[in-house]
Amino acid sequence: MRMVFQYLRPYYGRMALGLVIKILGTLADLGLPWVMAFIIDDIIPLGRVSLILGWGAVMLLLAVGARTGNIVANRKASRVARDTVERIRHDTFDKIGRLSGAQVDQFTVPSLISRLTTDSYNIHQMIGMMQRLGVRGPIILVGGTVLTATLEPVLTLVLIGIMPILAFVVFTISRRGIPLYGKVQKSVDRMVQTVRENISGIRVIKALSKTEYEKSRFEAVNQELVSKELKAGSVMAASSPLMNLLLNLGLTGIVLAGAFRVNAGASEPGKIVAFLSYFTMILNAVMSINRIFIIFSKSSASAGRIREILEAPEDLVQEKTEEIPGDDYIVFDHVTFGYHTKTHKDGSAEAVCVEDINFRLKKGESLGIIGATGCGKTTIINLLMRFYDVDSGEIRVNGRNVKGYTLQELRSMFGVVFQNDVIFADTLYENISFGRDIPMERVKEAAADARAADFIEEIEGGYEYRAAIKGANLSGGQKQRVLIARALAAHPDILVLDDSSSALDYKTDAGLRLAIGRNYSDATLITVAQWVSSIMQHDHILVLEDGKTLGYGTHEELLASCPVYQEIYESQMGSEVA
Amino acid sequence: MAGSVPGRGPASVRISGKPRDTKKVLLRLWSYLYYYKWMLLGGIVLTVTSNLLALIGPALSGGAIDAINLGAGNVDFESVFRYTGLMALFYLVSSALSYALSLLMLHMSQRVVRKMRSDVFSKLMELPVGYFDQHLSGDIISRLSYDIDVINTSLSSDLVQICASVITVVGSLIMMIIISPPLVVVMLVMIPVSILYTKYMAGKTRPLFRKRSEKLGELNGFTEEMVSGQKTIKAYAREAVTLGKYDVCNTEAVNAYYNADYYGSIVGPTVNFINNISLSLVTIFGAILYLFGRMTLGNISSFVLYSRKFSGPINEAANIISELQSACAAAERVFRVLDEECEVRDIYGAQTLENVQGDVRMEDVSFGYFKDKTIIKDLTLHAPKGSLTAIVGPTGAGKTTIINLLMRFYDVDSGQVYVDGKETRELTRQSLRGAYAMVLQDTWVFQGTIFENIAYGKKDATMEEVVAAAKAARIHSYIKRLPDGYQTVLDEDGMNISKGQKQLLTIARAMLLDAKMLILDEATSNVDTRTEIQIQKAMRRLMADKTCFVIAHRLSTIQNADMILVIDRGNIAEHGTHEELMRRKGLYYQMYASQFQ
Repeated sequence: MRMVFQYLRPYYGRMALGLVIKILGTLADLGLPWVMAFIIDDIIPLGRVSLILGWGAVMLLLAVGARTGNIVANRKASRVARDTVERIRHDTFDKIGRLSGAQVDQFTVPSLISRLTTDSYNIHQMIGMMQRLGVRGPIILVGGTVLTATLEPVLTLVLIGIMPILAFVVFTISRRGIPLYGKVQKSVDRMVQTVRENISGIRVIKALSKTEYEKSRFEAVNQELVSKELKAGSVMAASSPLMNLLLNLGLTGIVLAGAFRVNAGASEPGKIVAFLSYFTMILNAVMSINRIFIIFSKSSASAGRIREILEAPEDLVQEKTEEIPGDDYIVFDHVTFGYHTKTHKDGSAEAVCVEDINFRLKKGESLGIIGATGCGKTTIINLLMRFYDVDSGEIRVNGRNVKGYTLQELRSMFGVVFQNDVIFADTLYENISFGRDIPMERVKEAAADARAADFIEEIEGGYEYRAAIKGANLSGGQKQRVLIARALAAHPDILVLDDSSSALDYKTDAGLRLAIGRNYSDATLITVAQWVSSIMQHDHILVLEDGKTLGYGTHEELLASCPVYQEIYESQMGSEVA
Repeated sequence: MAGSVPGRGPASVRISGKPRDTKKVLLRLWSYLYYYKWMLLGGIVLTVTSNLLALIGPALSGGAIDAINLGAGNVDFESVFRYTGLMALFYLVSSALSYALSLLMLHMSQRVVRKMRSDVFSKLMELPVGYFDQHLSGDIISRLSYDIDVINTSLSSDLVQICASVITVVGSLIMMIIISPPLVVVMLVMIPVSILYTKYMAGKTRPLFRKRSEKLGELNGFTEEMVSGQKTIKAYAREAVTLGKYDVCNTEAVNAYYNADYYGSIVGPTVNFINNISLSLVTIFGAILYLFGRMTLGNISSFVLYSRKFSGPINEAANIISELQSACAAAERVFRVLDEECEVRDIYGAQTLENVQGDVRMEDVSFGYFKDKTIIKDLTLHAPKGSLTAIVGPTGAGKTTIINLLMRFYDVDSGQVYVDGKETRELTRQSLRGAYAMVLQDTWVFQGTIFENIAYGKKDATMEEVVAAAKAARIHSYIKRLPDGYQTVLDEDGMNISKGQKQLLTIARAMLLDAKMLILDEATSNVDTRTEIQIQKAMRRLMADKTCFVIAHRLSTIQNADMILVIDRGNIAEHGTHEELMRRKGLYYQMYASQFQ
């Protein structure tokens, strides 16, 4: 919540003004029954219709004032809510853009998304509500109590006497009910997870004819959710009738107490009438305060979740580093690294991921990285582009440690295609140009080099064809070619292709390699692959296993010296070639 | 509180601007309620009674006040006690009834919701697989969770409230008429004003609220897409550009929210205003009537309380309407899933495929996912029992589509597919699919133990069988090393094991199946080459007596195939064995040669 207040601070002036207006409007509301009591007890006995009409006009004026005040204040409140949430979202999105890979792993992407969507929405609602009902409720409660006290102090005691009981009831029920809702939320998560699994595995489920089984599995989580909701709901449902009962009994008490007071000549019946009117208003105010409590607790959890993002420390800050001159362009010098965030069931943290990696590339040279799945190939890319910082050792690009660049500077040198990279829901042109204002001609050249031009020109709309989310309307091979075009389009200094031609057939793959060799010879190329054919012509080849270097050299050298490389080569190329 | 976090569905899959058929949606919702009509009836009875009891309250308090109004020393205590006693009793009973009512409605709405979720899920299981390619899982999930939840809230509270409102409004009006017909004239002026105003505002704000949901949906869709792609965005240092785009969406969304609020904020105070006006008028005229002895003070008091009760529901009407609207919109999204076209049902009297031999034949098959875009044209192929058919060809040539047709994930547009000489459309899907084992490009594991994941395809698989399959897939020793062995629970999406190991698990799963036909869709692309060599040995054993279809990009893996189909643009460009195709020096030869360039 503290975070929300920080964001509200610039609007304190506006909020204060809104608050004053709101208070005036609410007081006007409160004034009405008071005038009514005055008319009944003091004006009627005078027997003059003109006076009644005059005071009646006062009531009408108060009504107009109440409406105007409330509307103006409500609008001011929603403006504050709008501006605040706009800034919170902006800052959160911006901050997500600056999180390091390790931080993103820790939050997880789905959680980041839900914080930015659901949580920010909850806060939006809450800020609006708090300013409207949050002000009105207490004012009516306090103001009503004060006004009734001026009318008839003794009867007010009855009213005040009920308050603690009411508070106790609300408190007890919430304390029992809110944890139950936590359980409901867990069941919801379980249900969502079951559905998610089913969606991603639909082909397998259908192939194995397990739909009936999955239906019964879903039925079980569904049933569990329902019973949890019933439990929580049954507790919470008691609060409203109980509160109503208490207030109504209070009302009865006032009539009763009023009877004695009037009989003793200490009070007038008109006051009791006004009292009853206030009672209804106060009842509603208490109800709305109860609702605010629920919203407040919900959104303070949301605010906490957003604050975690905003207050995450800046991980990858630029450091002062020394330049090491020389003609080595990319250097990995005894690099060791592990993803520490991943802890196993038995509590042990994942050990080292890559260990003591060394290589040096000159400008324009190429490096191929090959090895088993999970051996650390992608990790090397992640470190080079500084999504993570090394645990020990040093990575230098153009003589400077990667930590010595701003992230912007460093990454601008790259053109990269990741494994399972993303196509955005935008035109193909935009997907390739990617907000870098690359002219259409250049985009077309890059597409031609990436072997994407053929299919793009055949597609209806060509480069203006809109890709669906995640490129769902493109085939796997088409997606990869668009991604490669994106990487090539800006003539990067360093070109990184991480397993990016797995969906391409031989011929396309070979044509692509040819085009890169011809048109991007200045670029330093790093290719991560599972296929020897994709990298055998590279200047250097790094063979990895379990994060360790098994071999480093040219294709011929490795064929001669590295048994694992030989084995891979033979299995892929077929025995007749080897 | 309209309280709608619209689904995360991006704009493209959300509703177009078409006018919605609210009536139809309501009717369908009603059909769900009708299912539980007795509970509903009980609910209505309870609502009526508890509200009628509550309505008597003000009359009783009015009576008490009249008894008090005799002046100091003259208060009729007997009446006062009687009236207040009755008040307490009625309030007590009324509260008890309203709690019972809440419970009843809670149970009813939970049943409805449960049925609705089951229906949607069952429907999902029956949709063609293409549906899941075209819809974001987040969108589907938000229908099952969020949208149904909105309906739930609306059902459990709004229904009761509407009922209660009607009774309160009618009841209070009757009571007011009984107390003082002349004063009701005041109300008669105020009622139409209230109703007209509420109606007018609802009409005015509805499009604004709809726009608010739409814009929020767009923002959420954009957020999901960009945060998912954040690594790429960072790699290209496009954070600033993306943030700029996000800001545009964000501003639109908060402005739409504000605009809805701007008009929405008039409603509450105005309805309140109308209340206050009637209070003032009632006071003025009541006072005058009292002055002329036409009314008692107790009457005024009761009348004021009734007029407040009367306008309460009208005050709430705006809220209820907006809640109902979002419930309708949510129901519409849910119903749209229910209305999707299912996989075509098995034909009447479909046969069960038994004693499968594994002879597969396609004749003149044509197919396209969209009517105007044929992907496969007049394809004919024959895979005899135990043969190995390899399917190769450039990307997007329709290789995966052939598998979709073999498994009947889709039905052919024209032509026939036979298994053991039986036309597959005359077979039950279950038996047809059961005849295949399949390992797909996308590995799939679910949250559960490793044992459950491997045994998934075979009912009552024993531990011995599972271990044997795991050994055959070369993952047994890895599993043994895990702290809980075969009982190790895999995380959601199997995040605690590597992609390659996941692939091996799915291979083990396929190995356990006693199928005569096997489909490998680039099955080994996630496994490193060294593991692949080992798997291939095991696979070969598995493939021995099976009819196999292998889709591969890498030609080395399929040189021993009985038949290689080279698919290009939906047609078989070439077919034959490796040697035949190499001799022909056509497309296959080119593809083969290019790997050594």
